[in-house]
Amino acid sequence: MRSESLSWSRRDLLTAGGLVVAFSCLSSSRAFSQLAGGGEGGAGSKVVAPNLPGSLKSFPLLDAWIRIDPEGRATVFTGKAELGQGIATALWQVAAEELDLPAARVEIVTADSARTPDEGVTSGSHSMQDSGTAIANAAANVRMLLVAEAAKLWEIEVAQITTDGLGAVVAPDGRHADYGTLASKLSLHVSAIEDAPRRDPNRYRTMGRTLPRRDIPAKLTGGAIYVQDMRLPGMLHARVVRGPSVGTALKEADFDAAGRMPGVVKIVRNGKFAAIVARSEWQAIAALRFLQRRPWQRVERPLPVDSFVDALKRLPTRDIVVLDTHDPAGPAIHSVSARYSRPWICHGSIGPSCSVALFAHGEMTIWSHSQSIFDVHRAVAELISLPPDKVRCIHVQGSGCYGQNGADDVSADAALVAIAMPDTPIRLQWMREQEFGWEPLGPAMVTELEASIGADGKIVAWKHEVWSNPHNNRPIDAGGYLAGQEVTTPFPIRAVEPIPMPEGDGDRNSNPLYALPNMRVIYHFLPDMPLRVSALRSLGAHVNVFSIESMMDELARASGQDPLAFRLAHMQDPRARAVMTEATNRFGWAKRVPGDGRHGCGMGFARYKNIGAYCATVMEIELERETGRITVRRVEAAVDAGQPASIDGIRNQVEGGIVQSLSWTTRESVAFDDNHRTSFDWSGYPISRFSDVPGGVNVHVLPQPGLPFLGAGEAAQGPTAAALANALADASGVRLREMPLTPDKVKTALGAI
Amino acid sequence: MDTSGNIFSEKVRRSLVERLRYLNYKRVLVYGLVGAGLCALLVLALTYRHPIVVVARPEQASFSPEAVEKGAALARIGDCSTCHTADDGGPFAGGRPLATPFGTLFSTNITPDEGTGIGSWSPAAFRRAMRSGVSRDGKHLYPALPYEHFIHATDADLDALYAFFMTRRAIATTQPVNRLYPPLGFRPLLAGWKMLFLHGGIWQPRNDRSAEWNRGAYLVEGFGHCGACHTPRNIAGGEIAAHAYAGGWAEGWYAPPINGQNPAARDWTIDSLYTYLRTGIDMNHAAAAGPMGPVTYNLARAPASDVHAIAVYVASLMGKTQNAEVGTAPLTEHPNDAAQDHPIGATLFAGACSGCHGPGAPMMTQGRPLLSLGSAVQEAEPRDVVQIILHGLKSPMGGSGPYMPAFADSFTDSQIAEIAGYLRSRYTDHPAWPKLNEAAAQAREEGGQP
Amino acid sequence: MTITLHVNGRDHTLEADPSTPLLYVLRDDLELNGAKYGCGLGQCGACTVQVDGRAVFSCLTPIAALEGRQIRTVEGLGTVDQPSRLQAAFLTEQAAQCGYCIAGMIMRAQALLDEKQHPTEADIRSHMDANLCRCGTHMRILRAIRRAAGLPSTEGF
Repeated sequence: MRSESLSWSRRDLLTAGGLVVAFSCLSSSRAFSQLAGGGEGGAGSKVVAPNLPGSLKSFPLLDAWIRIDPEGRATVFTGKAELGQGIATALWQVAAEELDLPAARVEIVTADSARTPDEGVTSGSHSMQDSGTAIANAAANVRMLLVAEAAKLWEIEVAQITTDGLGAVVAPDGRHADYGTLASKLSLHVSAIEDAPRRDPNRYRTMGRTLPRRDIPAKLTGGAIYVQDMRLPGMLHARVVRGPSVGTALKEADFDAAGRMPGVVKIVRNGKFAAIVARSEWQAIAALRFLQRRPWQRVERPLPVDSFVDALKRLPTRDIVVLDTHDPAGPAIHSVSARYSRPWICHGSIGPSCSVALFAHGEMTIWSHSQSIFDVHRAVAELISLPPDKVRCIHVQGSGCYGQNGADDVSADAALVAIAMPDTPIRLQWMREQEFGWEPLGPAMVTELEASIGADGKIVAWKHEVWSNPHNNRPIDAGGYLAGQEVTTPFPIRAVEPIPMPEGDGDRNSNPLYALPNMRVIYHFLPDMPLRVSALRSLGAHVNVFSIESMMDELARASGQDPLAFRLAHMQDPRARAVMTEATNRFGWAKRVPGDGRHGCGMGFARYKNIGAYCATVMEIELERETGRITVRRVEAAVDAGQPASIDGIRNQVEGGIVQSLSWTTRESVAFDDNHRTSFDWSGYPISRFSDVPGGVNVHVLPQPGLPFLGAGEAAQGPTAAALANALADASGVRLREMPLTPDKVKTALGAI
Repeated sequence: MDTSGNIFSEKVRRSLVERLRYLNYKRVLVYGLVGAGLCALLVLALTYRHPIVVVARPEQASFSPEAVEKGAALARIGDCSTCHTADDGGPFAGGRPLATPFGTLFSTNITPDEGTGIGSWSPAAFRRAMRSGVSRDGKHLYPALPYEHFIHATDADLDALYAFFMTRRAIATTQPVNRLYPPLGFRPLLAGWKMLFLHGGIWQPRNDRSAEWNRGAYLVEGFGHCGACHTPRNIAGGEIAAHAYAGGWAEGWYAPPINGQNPAARDWTIDSLYTYLRTGIDMNHAAAAGPMGPVTYNLARAPASDVHAIAVYVASLMGKTQNAEVGTAPLTEHPNDAAQDHPIGATLFAGACSGCHGPGAPMMTQGRPLLSLGSAVQEAEPRDVVQIILHGLKSPMGGSGPYMPAFADSFTDSQIAEIAGYLRSRYTDHPAWPKLNEAAAQAREEGGQP
Repeated sequence: MTITLHVNGRDHTLEADPSTPLLYVLRDDLELNGAKYGCGLGQCGACTVQVDGRAVFSCLTPIAALEGRQIRTVEGLGTVDQPSRLQAAFLTEQAAQCGYCIAGMIMRAQALLDEKQHPTEADIRSHMDANLCRCGTHMRILRAIRRAAGLPSTEGF
């Protein structure tokens, strides 16, 4: 269904110009210091109203965001996608609050290239900043216009009019008019103004409170929620045929025989791209397995099987100076230098990626769980040679993606099949081993830090070098898809660029928030990627914060100082101090059990990207020396996400981030030989199970009424990793710096006793 | 005796009866009691073992790091942690149930806790327990502790093992009570068992063999106690020496022969044995399943040279030489015939098993072994196939590695029997297993014994 | 082949290849969304349903094995308007992020509660081990199961 009020040509204008503006803005990083989606994906929508907040900059017209129907119900449009992080619920609360409507009267429509503003990628913990801010302000504008309309009607001052929170505007003498009646008298096809009056945080009815998430009840009772659940009349099931992992291909495949198998309707081929289409899923799978009996071979250069640290440091580098400060400081008394690292890890979405596509009446509709709906829209249009206005991409939930998993590629795969089979809805789903084998991984990273303390126990110099492949590889044109390289005429592959600071990618959070003198931080950007990589939740922050916060502890211990006191001595930001104090107070840091060989405590802190949410985590571990196994007994965390929309939403994301980061940090590493990825299922890539997760996790949200929204989805990963390594060092005196900190590594470091 | 040879002739009987009538019952009673008492004293004398006096728990620092490390390595070879650690218990604190044909035993606490572990045992008490199966307080120990193997260990090694255990974390526990079929709970009976089955002494190396073979022999016959599972036992539960390594039973699983009768489709070599023992899987065989999983978990963490020595010795038991090539004859697989003979099994296999084990499945295209390579389908006993289907398989190495889910709740006994029959037919040329329904039912029942 | 399956208290007669894993029949023939494809290998539990009360991987259970047996999916426990005790506990604890694993978690937990009215914490954790969650919702899932089992929450120590 096409939206009526925002024509295609206008939207085309808005997006086509984006590239030009982005280039010019990149050169002046101050003007564009906060990139939509954290700078991931493409250039983003063109800025037409730079003074407006959030995504209003690119879409200043109110009716792009909000419509009020004659019954006074509001429909709110966001260009962001619900990934399971609760954003739809959070934005719903924001809209209901600033419109001053009961939440039940508000509907929210998420990313849809035909209906919603193009807010770029749902990534970088930017959704609250981009969309939340835009919706809050747009809603405030709408409320302002409704009140102004009533004022005109009643011939009284605007200042005397209030809204009752139930959908009506009220005069002091009791006259009231409902939103529906007022809205029908005015047009929302007007630009927002910058300073529409916002509601008083002390009088919030919905924002900052916890409303139950809108999508959870259906998820508990078998509702049709996910792309995987879609059923369209006449829908057929497809499976794509590839080798086991990136860089491999089947040597030859007997497509003719597969095409004659029961239920197989067609084998779609386009160059090296091949997909089976069958009536039932089981038939499609049987045909796929039949084809996969043939041997496969490696068709790209071998994978590096020596130490990944060496492999990375051998690659050609483009050096980016992140920080280079020179300050007077006393001589160094203690110095610590250390290397930290993490190998390639994978997103590991529980549901392998899936997409539904239908090509009918010359138009392609794609239902996708990609974080980058608008890039999928443009890039798939290019892939299948259709003009963008003949393609529509609609976001439907998939399983958690934590960055770029197979969602984009599977949408391209589905579209290629659908365009070969008009009028037939195609559901294409990757198999488990295809998700493991073909998804872009989280890049391996190495850091080398060197820091010194002076006579007064404070840091006098700080050096941090980080080596990493690009994290921002999201396909923004056809060449970025696997299929884009397989079709008869492959599309060109664009060179990858680093995301500039303050967002950063491999260098994300390499700039410490602490007030340190003589800082030198260098990002060795490695454009040559031996393994296929792209954004994975928190990007470089996991490793950079792990490094910084481990080093802070190493310095504290080397100079006999308490790790908390040491951090506070170097931290001026009051919100940072507050989360550290809150978390450690809740934990009982001052009276914690001392490390005794089998128990230990550790903390970690970061402000995500130094511009996002603040998070401190503190944990107590128990160490089983016989096996090297670490049990996390309890975790206390504190988070400051600015003005919270949904308090429980923040808690849920931070809890999840802690548990997920513990899994990454203690056991995850993609295995491969020179030929292919050997982690092809969960047995080859184990993640934390119930017997591995902490005894308890408590997250304390420090609300900041009225302050800008800060996304909390990626705030906990780095601090948690460091807190674990610090707790281990506290427990055992052993300092481990190479993730994953597996039981065998711990055991080897501990020795026999 | 009369002319018919019957010692109880009419005449003798009558005279016996008469004599009985005239017996002094009191005297009989007294003689009987005295006789019984003397017998009891004799039994006690033969079965009695004196308690060894308690010692104060030794200081950790009194043991050299070298001794502790050596002991740690031997504990890996001996797989001590597997029996002496319960699922929800502390390391070496005992309490793990062991199902035997004689009932269920619970392993003991061998942490250095003075009250409930071995913290007050002297080195001599420890050596006596390991070699003679006698606890510090003189109690006979059940041969669930394979002392008929540990008897071959040297003093120095036992002292190193002692150093290792004395430097573990002391954990106080409550020892669960054994549930043995009466009268097996009467420990002095074990003295008799030992008279029959506890032989030999410290292992003597053979001059005609390499140092590595001798090391392997010492470990296998001693701490490794491989025969405890892989050798058949007689009705009294003693290993049948004449059939050493000809296959045995452990915890409901069949431990296949590791002598010349090993049934694997491809020959074992020193290299493949080493790989299997050290990584839990070999590409020409299958993953370590059942009780072998924890064995390989520990061997992976034992000194590599010791594991290699074990491989050398076991290869020699199998009659394999150093230079034996792995056979490359095509593997048996006749899916069509098997499907004809076992249509239900074939259908169940297609839906349940082929996702991993079928041709074109990712596990197979990634190079994991074909099912015909596993010993389980080749064995005369269907028990291991049934057990694997029931219980699945966890990665032997305890991290990433081969994994199979359990099907105990998905399939009935007869469905498991169908699948087992199909597998036998598809992957081997051996005769069909008889009575598979009963085999499945029995495996399920035995699995529930503790 | 024609086969009759007994799902959530009702009989369903359908035509399907008997080797088809139950998962695809539930989703594609019976249009039940709860059980999900996560791996098809019995490693993640997203497909978990109850068969004769026991939790099984529907991705690895061919329908040929299921005639005459009682199959229950999350749809058979309760609805949005009338959730079961366990579903209500998940709702109260807001025990979901992406939610893809949750139906499987609920069925796995239900099997435990059907067998043991008062499981211990250790019982719950080891029983739930078969099911994976990638979002890190474990703590909430445990709280929901404890809540349904009438156990106190062990958080906030």
